[in-house]
Amino acid sequence: MKSDSRKFLKGGLGQLAIPIIAVALLVIFNLIRDPGFFSITITHNNYGNAVLAGNLISIINGASELAILAIGMTLVTAATKGQDISVGAAAAIAGSVFVKVLKSGSTINGGTVLLAFLCSCLVAMLFGAFNGSLVAFFKIQPMIATLILYTCGRSIAYWINGGATPTVTSQILSSIGSFAPGIPIPMPVIIVIVVTILFKLLFHFTSLELLTQSVGINQDAAKLNGINTTFIKLLSFILLGACVSVAGCIGVCRLGLINHETLLLDVEMDAILAVAIGGNSLGGGKFKISGSIIGAYVIQMLTITLYAMKVSSTDVKAYKAIVIVLLVVIGSPVVKEKFRKLLQKRNSQKKEASAA
Amino acid sequence: MKNLFKKRREPLTDTQLLMTITISIFIVMYILAMAILQGGFLHAQQIFDLLNDNASLIIVSCGLTIVMIGGGIDISVGGVTSLVVMSCILYLNQGGNVLVAALLALGIGLAFGVVHGALISYLEIQPFIVTLAGMFFARGMTTILSVNPQKVDNAAFESLRNTKIEIPWLGYVAKNGNLVPARMELGVVIALLCVITVFVILMFNRLGRNFYAMGGNQQSALMLGINVKKTRFMSYLISGVLSGISGFVLMMHTGAGNATNAAGMEMNAIASSIIGGTLLTGGVGNIIGTFFGTMTLTTIKKIVVSSGLKDPWWQSITTGGMLCFFILLQSIVLSKRQKQK
Repeated sequence: MKSDSRKFLKGGLGQLAIPIIAVALLVIFNLIRDPGFFSITITHNNYGNAVLAGNLISIINGASELAILAIGMTLVTAATKGQDISVGAAAAIAGSVFVKVLKSGSTINGGTVLLAFLCSCLVAMLFGAFNGSLVAFFKIQPMIATLILYTCGRSIAYWINGGATPTVTSQILSSIGSFAPGIPIPMPVIIVIVVTILFKLLFHFTSLELLTQSVGINQDAAKLNGINTTFIKLLSFILLGACVSVAGCIGVCRLGLINHETLLLDVEMDAILAVAIGGNSLGGGKFKISGSIIGAYVIQMLTITLYAMKVSSTDVKAYKAIVIVLLVVIGSPVVKEKFRKLLQKRNSQKKEASAA
Repeated sequence: MKNLFKKRREPLTDTQLLMTITISIFIVMYILAMAILQGGFLHAQQIFDLLNDNASLIIVSCGLTIVMIGGGIDISVGGVTSLVVMSCILYLNQGGNVLVAALLALGIGLAFGVVHGALISYLEIQPFIVTLAGMFFARGMTTILSVNPQKVDNAAFESLRNTKIEIPWLGYVAKNGNLVPARMELGVVIALLCVITVFVILMFNRLGRNFYAMGGNQQSALMLGINVKKTRFMSYLISGVLSGISGFVLMMHTGAGNATNAAGMEMNAIASSIIGGTLLTGGVGNIIGTFFGTMTLTTIKKIVVSSGLKDPWWQSITTGGMLCFFILLQSIVLSKRQKQK
């Protein structure tokens, strides 16, 4: 364990260096700009519950869907060396199915919500399996295979609800989307924690992590070692499908309606970005789920910071792009190498000076 | 003559095979549309309409094909196009010169291309992330320039915009007995020139052949003495410049701009390239295929609209279905060929 931590420090925090540096920079920047930025207050919402409020809470809460999607995206990226660009569209389908099932019943209670969620989960996993089988069986690059669903997904979502944007209002849904009675932490945050724990358990009790990495690093070698590469790829897409349905349902619960055009719009780009900021190679192979989750929070923190600086929501993208480029330039292999050489040179100069 | 015959007998390369499939499917589809739907499809103007509407998409797809042949990806093209439209309109509305506006369009495209190329090839950052940031930046800048829709208000530009090439012998006689000539916009000429230029570069120029070599196998390209970094830089530069041109052409077509200009254009361009037989893995692709890919993609949308499927979702569902068909077909054809070898 000790050698582990030493290695961790020696390697410049290893893979998690970029996301942690990004978080630290953003925190310091915000504290200088406004010392009270991260203060948390307790307020009472419409239902009279004591709830936590503040910028920090809205960052953690707002990034929930992105964090969940980033988990699944990391797996797909690691196993298939490519990304799924259809997650936003698939989430719209999952949300539509969720609302459709809820609407078909007469009353909304805990049972119907669970049933609706399971239905949407099933549909999203089926679409995941569709993408996955294109990638695994037909050996099509993930980005192209998922381009199909990206093109038509939101239209399918529209079609499911017959060309309408129905609303669902229920105490249960609003408590899933914001705060449950008696719990001061936003419900989506708890869902993120639950999903993360489930994935950690999955990795703990199965060798999925190892298998996924070996498929991503060298597919042929993995095959020769008796790993069913096709199944691993398919499974990664199905797991992403499950993540997509959770994210889609949270999105629906937040608003209380399904809008096929705007639900989790452009989230696929952010999810891929979260994976990259998390220090994972987009070329597959080794991965760290925790990196991607931190990456998701970095993106949300950046967005909220920009909002706090009175940047309008449409202009945020331009500033976001600049920060992203700065981050990836710092993290790029060439810059890292140059920096390392510079440090070495200085160290050796110091040694020479002390020897003389 | 004998020589020619011998040459024909050589097996088609992957690129040629995929392109041939696309072109034949396009022709069959169009003939079916002519036979079943009739109406507009019987007139040559239909093809010119398709070209007029999609000149900018064709140009952008050319750039994307080059990048994809080199084994990369550029998803900033739509964003750059929209930024060019917005900035040129704002410039022209202040009484600017049309020529300077064209140079501005080229300059913006070139700037994006240079930055992308430098970051991707010399700093070795993943192309997806760099061009994604480029897309965010371009889209953000568009809204910073103006959130409200803008319309061109410039006499010189309007006269250029209304200049149309008329081809009488492809026209048709309207119900009132007048001859309506086929009309083609100037943008189409620019688009076709771009296609031809890119075709020449890819087929007969050293740089173009280097793109194929680099996309096919980077290591062997390096060992052959190709400057891989410079080649990759050039591919993004060309794509950037073509996005700039595409923005100018789009502005000539619409004469107006708003924040959601060219939304989803990058994905349409990628789809066009794929339908045209370009592989995202690199090394395989053809610009003529891309041209027909764009035409196939846009024709299917037109067919859906004119065949009476009025519900708004059918257009993209059929597009998705067609994309699925092409992708599967390519995958099956290529894997069969590999087994034969």
